[in-house]
Amino acid sequence: MVAIAERILLTKSNVRELHSISVYLEHGGYQALKKALSMPPADIISMVEQSELRGRGGAGFPAGRKWRFLPAGRQLKRYLICNADEGEPGTFKDRQIMEFDPHLLIEGMTIAGYATGSCQGFIYIRGEYDWIAKVLVRAIKEAEDIGFSGNNILDTGFSFCVDVFRGAGSYICGEETALIESIEGKAGRPRLKPPFPASCGLYGEPTVIHNVSTLAFVPFIIERGPEAFKSFGKPGSYGTKMFGLCGHVNKPGVYEHPLGVSLKKLIYEDAGGIKGGKRLKAVIPGGLSAPVLKANEIDISMDFDSLTAAGSLLGTGGIIVLDEGVSIPFVAQKTAKFFAHESCGKCTPCREGTNVIRFLMDRLMQGKGSLNDIEQVLRLCRYMKGATLCALGEAAALAIGTMVRKFRDEFEELVK
Amino acid sequence: MSKLALTIDGKSIQTAEGQTVLSAARENGIHIPTLCYHPRTKQAGKCRLCVVEVEGLPGLRVSCSLEAKTGMVVRTNTEQVIETRKMIIELYLSNGKHNCLACEANGACELQDAAYRLGIDKPAFPEIPKDKPYDDSCPMIIRDMNKCIQCYRCIEACNSIAVNDVLDMGFRGSSMTVVCDTDKPMGKSSCVVCGECVQLCPTGALTEKKAVGKGRAWEMKTIKTTCGYCGVGCQLDLHVKDNRIIKVTGAENTAPNYGSLCVKGRFGYDYVHSPERLKSPLIKKDGKFEEVSWDEALDFVAGRLTEIKDKYGPGAIVGIGCARSTNESNYVMMKFMRAVIGTNNVDHCART
Repeated sequence: MVAIAERILLTKSNVRELHSISVYLEHGGYQALKKALSMPPADIISMVEQSELRGRGGAGFPAGRKWRFLPAGRQLKRYLICNADEGEPGTFKDRQIMEFDPHLLIEGMTIAGYATGSCQGFIYIRGEYDWIAKVLVRAIKEAEDIGFSGNNILDTGFSFCVDVFRGAGSYICGEETALIESIEGKAGRPRLKPPFPASCGLYGEPTVIHNVSTLAFVPFIIERGPEAFKSFGKPGSYGTKMFGLCGHVNKPGVYEHPLGVSLKKLIYEDAGGIKGGKRLKAVIPGGLSAPVLKANEIDISMDFDSLTAAGSLLGTGGIIVLDEGVSIPFVAQKTAKFFAHESCGKCTPCREGTNVIRFLMDRLMQGKGSLNDIEQVLRLCRYMKGATLCALGEAAALAIGTMVRKFRDEFEELVK
Repeated sequence: MSKLALTIDGKSIQTAEGQTVLSAARENGIHIPTLCYHPRTKQAGKCRLCVVEVEGLPGLRVSCSLEAKTGMVVRTNTEQVIETRKMIIELYLSNGKHNCLACEANGACELQDAAYRLGIDKPAFPEIPKDKPYDDSCPMIIRDMNKCIQCYRCIEACNSIAVNDVLDMGFRGSSMTVVCDTDKPMGKSSCVVCGECVQLCPTGALTEKKAVGKGRAWEMKTIKTTCGYCGVGCQLDLHVKDNRIIKVTGAENTAPNYGSLCVKGRFGYDYVHSPERLKSPLIKKDGKFEEVSWDEALDFVAGRLTEIKDKYGPGAIVGIGCARSTNESNYVMMKFMRAVIGTNNVDHCART
């Protein structure tokens, strides 16, 4: 059990019925919102900036800087979007907040909405989370009834409505501009950037998009101050993160830790080690897009910079643990199939590249491949990187390329 | 407009503010291949063929959508850039059915040109069987989606230039295909057959049905002329082989139409070579039309008009001008009615 003192988001995870507003209020809920509404919005932005909060969706962009990117002046209509698509394979952290502590998200969004001058918030939730969408809708209604959301919040004259928008099951709609297209009722395909959403987002208006966990940190930062937030984690990676462990571990689940926690500790202490006493083979540390780590690479600090330095990514924090019985080419084949299926098709390297990788992987797995097929996969992975319209194609290239490079002998075994 | 200076491939060049790196390079004779970009459909960033390296920016950048900035250092021919371009062309070739020998666009195909310039013989990737629609339901246009490279140019043409809103991209990933309306055959869709999409298609995916098998691009002479159908005066390029029109395209970069045409201007050229085409006036004599000289015809009309005017007065005559004629023609028509006939009964076809 992780000590409560080590957590920010899941401190109340043992409180029953936390999703109801009365329980949430009993446990100090909406105090941060009250405090925030008494402050000028610019001070809130400064606090978030000082906290050095980085986005928890995968890219780790500084949240405060994102808010600064909004065009000056308050005359424009603005939107705040909460990215709750959570489509990255192996990721299941955000549902923990949305399902059991939805008011934390609504409070965070309302504060962020106030700070950025937004009039309307959207929670873009993946379609499969239908029961969670209902939890959120109920929570929003409760907050509106008491005056924490909707028109004229707490008689301050500030109005901010939150709507829940259910996705239709597309992975690419987790990409911010594809998500915006989807809310606009179009096919979910990323836009060419620039312009970035901060200047031209939803319906062409300035828009701020954050992951659920990023927004859920905002009440803590406002209530306790940026220094309290920075007492967690390490320079460059302050705060905590919810890690979702799955795969061949004894106790799969979501565990919150300060950034910088050891991956080894997460696997062997929190998740109780490898299932069935088998040996560890590999770990995908941040959702399927994050390049795989070999068993001897897991003595690593789970923070943005350390994982980037190790050639991988902190990503979403969805940790997929693979034991010795797993065939990496099989994982690569499934990964290729996934990305080829989820590619939106807008840019060539991703549309055709993922399709060719999938084809070659299938051929290799059927025993009909050749060494040249492995070379062509590596060639695609090398040149797709940096050439695609959005991060999907690049993620596919990185993830599959790393599997082939690190476990090349297993792939060569297929063509013998 | 003020100028700015940047460096492309070690060459210091000047360009106007607001220009893209692609146009700055092209103005200065530096070749960057493109497929999805067209001057009329503007920045696209889809084919990724125009990628370049820019000092200080991560990854590769698409030059068609990258604004040139003072002091930028751009490289268009590094190993990474060239290999990425080769990969893209090879991916196109392995994912589609591109048979130049039988293709209508041979010699006028941008994919073929790009492959040629990059020195690609055969793709290193396996050919992936695909069976996308071959749609010849439209009387004038053939759509072969196996030759489509998903550049979106036809979609932009249809939605942003012609503003007919028929074409859009349907499906996802490698199944992505251009669809008409809700994936109807083109001939059953709301398409008005303006052919804007055909003109902007960089490959043989969209072709003029009437031109199939009639001539290769290099055999045809291009003759610029003015469309005879209406008073707008659209500029046409007639593609002529052996003194016969094989196809018609709108002349790019020229007012008033800048390449756009309507269905008549683009596809209605059969009359030029029709044996039934009227070449002299006809007068009905004893119930049958007979060819007569212009003098005889004009005398006949003048005589009849004078007769009517003398008998019933000028008010008995009405002049209907054509709304699509030129201003000059309509002016003369009006003048003729008022000054020669002596009536104010002048109107035009769109009101009657």
